[in-house]
Amino acid sequence: MTATVETPVSALPSEWRDYFALTKPRVMSLVVFTGLCGLLAAPGHINPVLGFTAVLCIALGAGGAGALNQWWEADLDARMKRTAKRPLPGGRMDRSNARDFGIALSVASVLLMGLALNWLSAIILAVSILYYAVIYTIWLKPRTPQNIVIGGGAGAFPPLIGWVAVTGHVTLMPVLLFAIIFMWTPPHFWALALFVKSDYAKAGIPMLPVVAGEKATRRQIFAYALILFAVSLAPWWIGGVGAIYGVSALVLSAVFVALCVPVALRRAEEGDKMKPEKRLFGYSVLYLFALFTALVADRLILGQGLAV
Amino acid sequence: MTPEEQEALKRARRGRNIALALVLAAFVVLFYAIAWVRIAG
Repeated sequence: MTATVETPVSALPSEWRDYFALTKPRVMSLVVFTGLCGLLAAPGHINPVLGFTAVLCIALGAGGAGALNQWWEADLDARMKRTAKRPLPGGRMDRSNARDFGIALSVASVLLMGLALNWLSAIILAVSILYYAVIYTIWLKPRTPQNIVIGGGAGAFPPLIGWVAVTGHVTLMPVLLFAIIFMWTPPHFWALALFVKSDYAKAGIPMLPVVAGEKATRRQIFAYALILFAVSLAPWWIGGVGAIYGVSALVLSAVFVALCVPVALRRAEEGDKMKPEKRLFGYSVLYLFALFTALVADRLILGQGLAV
Repeated sequence: MTPEEQEALKRARRGRNIALALVLAAFVVLFYAIAWVRIAG
């Protein structure tokens, strides 16, 4: 949990694949997607080269933050089955290399964003990296069972950054996109934590199911899903988007809440297969992709909504 | 270090160098394109 304990380092130099793994490519795919959607849904036009650069910066920044997260959590990762094979706990990379790689990626992404796009989006990118690598990873994740709620903030930045890269200023719409991912993260992640909780318990991370118990977690999943329902419809209510997004959000969020009901009401039995939880987790990923696709489709087909 | 280990070390280093060269080349192209767009715009 701290960066001071040494992990074994093999004699072999790390391969490029190890550096790539350090950037958490799977998390990055969602980050790139939501960042791109924010960029495409924003009012105004952006040169494709600059648009590509903005998304690249968001991806590099997320990769840098991911590398810093793995540098800090190497000991913790070694204690969990899911993460034990990562480059640092697997002994395929020197710890300081991971730290330097993370810092280099982070600094490069912020500078490039500022020089190529605008400095407001660069500042928000810098804040998002610090938020994930310092506030979440180092400070709050090992301390509070609400860690996922706070960590969700880090994942919520990309559409805001993409939007601001185009417009150069913050308005209500990109803040609502931020809020959607912020509210989506707890039910998404806690559904996962419900069926892998033994692993987190072993690593000593205060995940909500471990600390507050299953019942409280299930109740909170449902509560966040209800808030998400309202927040996901807010862009429509304020007139920032049209009916394509509005109807999609209504249907997608209603299904989300409906899938949360069995999760909220039941209790896991001995040897439980946790089917409703797994179903909710699977759907939550699909939900975010579908919702942001609807946002972009709305903008491309119906044009720009009110400038909010 | 055994000859096999030396060979593995060489392979890993070579792979990293090629990856780094490709990334640098891509950045050269990207910076050129960005400069072009910014100056033209």
